[in-house]
Amino acid sequence: MTGPGTEPPETESPAIVVEDAGQSFGARTIFENVAFTIARGEVFVILGGSGCGKSTLLKQMIGLLRPTKGRISVRGHDVVAETVAVRLDIGVMFQSGALFGSMTLLENVMLPLALFTDLPRRARAEIARIKLDLVGLAEAINLLPSEISGGMAKRAAIARALALDPPILFLDEPSAGLDPITGAGLDRLILDLRAALGCTFVVVTHELQSIFAIADRCVMLDRAAKGMIALGVPRDLQQTSTHPTVRAFFNREAQA
Amino acid sequence: MTAAHLAVTHEQADTVIALAGPLTAPALAPVWSQTKDAARRAKGTLILDLVAAGPVDTSGATLLLSLEREHGERLTMRGLGEQAGALLARLRTAVPEGAPPKVAPRTVLRSDFRKTLLTRIGFFGESVIAAFALPANLRLLRGGDFFRLTERAGSQAVPLILMMGFLIGMILAFQSAIPMRQFGADIYVAALVSLSLFRELGPLLAAIILAGRTGSAFAAELGTMVVNEEVAAMTTMGIDIGTMLVIPRVVAAMLVMPILAAGVDIAGIVGMGFVLVILGYPPAAIIHQIQMATGPGGLLLGLFKAIVFGAAIGLIGCRAGLTAGGGPRAVGEAATSAVVGGIVATILLDGLFAVIFYRLGL
Repeated sequence: MTGPGTEPPETESPAIVVEDAGQSFGARTIFENVAFTIARGEVFVILGGSGCGKSTLLKQMIGLLRPTKGRISVRGHDVVAETVAVRLDIGVMFQSGALFGSMTLLENVMLPLALFTDLPRRARAEIARIKLDLVGLAEAINLLPSEISGGMAKRAAIARALALDPPILFLDEPSAGLDPITGAGLDRLILDLRAALGCTFVVVTHELQSIFAIADRCVMLDRAAKGMIALGVPRDLQQTSTHPTVRAFFNREAQA
Repeated sequence: MTAAHLAVTHEQADTVIALAGPLTAPALAPVWSQTKDAARRAKGTLILDLVAAGPVDTSGATLLLSLEREHGERLTMRGLGEQAGALLARLRTAVPEGAPPKVAPRTVLRSDFRKTLLTRIGFFGESVIAAFALPANLRLLRGGDFFRLTERAGSQAVPLILMMGFLIGMILAFQSAIPMRQFGADIYVAALVSLSLFRELGPLLAAIILAGRTGSAFAAELGTMVVNEEVAAMTTMGIDIGTMLVIPRVVAAMLVMPILAAGVDIAGIVGMGFVLVILGYPPAAIIHQIQMATGPGGLLLGLFKAIVFGAAIGLIGCRAGLTAGGGPRAVGEAATSAVVGGIVATILLDGLFAVIFYRLGL
C-alpha cells in the first residue's frame, strides 16, 4: 500500500519544478515561459490580477489541466505522466470549497482517510474531528455544507485537504471571503503546519497582509505580459522591483 | 510501506507502551485500537515510549492527544521529537477541552404535507397573479428565450412523438383486432383506435413525454438557477420571477402541447392504418370508419385537454425548480418531483375531464 507522506526521505527532489510551462486555449495564449522551483517546506504564493492565469497554473500543477508547453513535476514525479503518484502527495483546497453536499463536514474530512488508510471508523472520526478543530469548526462537525457559511465551507475544505497530512498543499484563495481575524488565523495555521509537519504550501492569494505574513517567495503573473513578471521574496520585490505592475501591486497594499 | 507497531512492557508498577515506526495516517491502522486498549488496561502510570517512533503527523498526534486526554496526569511521554512536540502543542490549543461533541444522528427531513400543499397552492396563485399582471410587465418577456423554450419543448420532441404515436397505433390496432375478429367486429378496430387516440391517448401520451422531457428540464434549469443564487439576484433587482421565468415556460408548454397531441393522433392513425391494411382492409373502409366514429369535435376536445395538461406540467416543473433547496442533490430531487407531479396531475385532470365531458354530454 502506498499513501501520502510515506515516500522515503532519500528522494530529496524539490517540491515542485515548473519548467517553461505555457498554456493556450486555441489561438489565445494565457501565459508562457513560466519557470520556477519550489523547495520543500516553502510557502510559495502565486499572485496576479484577474485573468492572468493563476488558477490555470494551479490546475496544471495539480494535474487537472495538461500544460500545452513545458513540464511540471511534483516531488520528482511528472504531473502529466505520473498523475496518480502526484495525487497521493498533494491536498487541494478549491476556491469554492467543493465540499460534498451529501455528507456532513465530519464525513467530508473522513472520506480521504477511509480511502487511503485502514484506520477503524472511530479513529477516522477522531482524526477528522481534530482537523476540524484546527480550523475552528469544532461546533459544526455534524452540519451539512448547505447549512454553513462560505467562510466556514472554506475552512472545512482546508481541513479536508489536510486529512492525510499531504506533503504539499495547494490553497486557492484561502482567505478570500473571510473576516480578517479568521484570515489571520488561517495564516497562522499555515505557518504552524509548516513548522510542525514540514508541509510545502502553494497559495493563490491577493491579500497582501497575508502574503507578507506567510510567503517565503512569490511569483507574479501578468495578463498583458502573458507570463511571469516577478519572482522572489515579497519584501525585496516591494522595495527593489522596477516593473510598474509589481510596484503598483505592492505599494497600493502597503499603504493600506 | 512500513507500518507502525507497538510493544507493551511493565516497569515496576507502571505500564510502558512503546510505539515504533512512522506515526502517520496510512501507517497507524494496525496500532490504533491496540494502543487504546493497552492504555485502557494500564495500571499505575502510563509511559508512552516514542524513542523508536518515526515522523508524527496530525493523525499520530491525534492518537497521542487522545491518550493524553484519557489519562491526564497519569501519562508521561518520553522520546517525543521536537517537531512532534510542536505539533502536539498546536493541537492542544486548537482542541476544546472536555469530551468531544457526540455525533448526533441526522434527523431525516420529513416533508410536511400541509406545508408542501400550501407552497404549491401559493405558487399557483402567484403564477395566476403574474399572468394577470403581464401587460404591465411586458418588458420582462424575452422573445429569444421564449422561442428557445418552445423549440426545445416542441420541435425537438416531434420525432419521438411521431414514433411513439405510430407504435401505439399499431399495437392498439393489432391487439384489438384479434379479440374483435372472434365477433366479426374487426372492422370497428378503426373506430375504436381513432376514438381512443383523439380523446384520450393522444393528449395523455404527449403529456407524459412533455413531463419527462420538458417538465424535468424546467425543474433542473430553474433549480440550478436557485442554487446559483440567480433567482435571488432577480428578486433583489425587483424582477418578478413569475413573469420572467414561469410564464414563458408555461406558455411554451401550452403552445406545443396541442401540436404534440395532434402528432400522436396522426401518427397513431397511420400506424393503425398500416396494420389494418396488412390485415386486408381497404383504406377507404378504414377512413369511412374513422369518420363515422369521431369527427373534428373529438379531435378538438383532445387538443383542449392537451393545452390544460401542458399548463399543469409547465407550472409543476417551474414550481419544483423554484422551490428547490440548496446543494446539488436538490436539483435532482426537483427534476424527479416535476416528472412525478406532472404525470399525476395529468391523470387527475384527465379523470376530471372525463366526468365533466360526460355531464356536458360531449
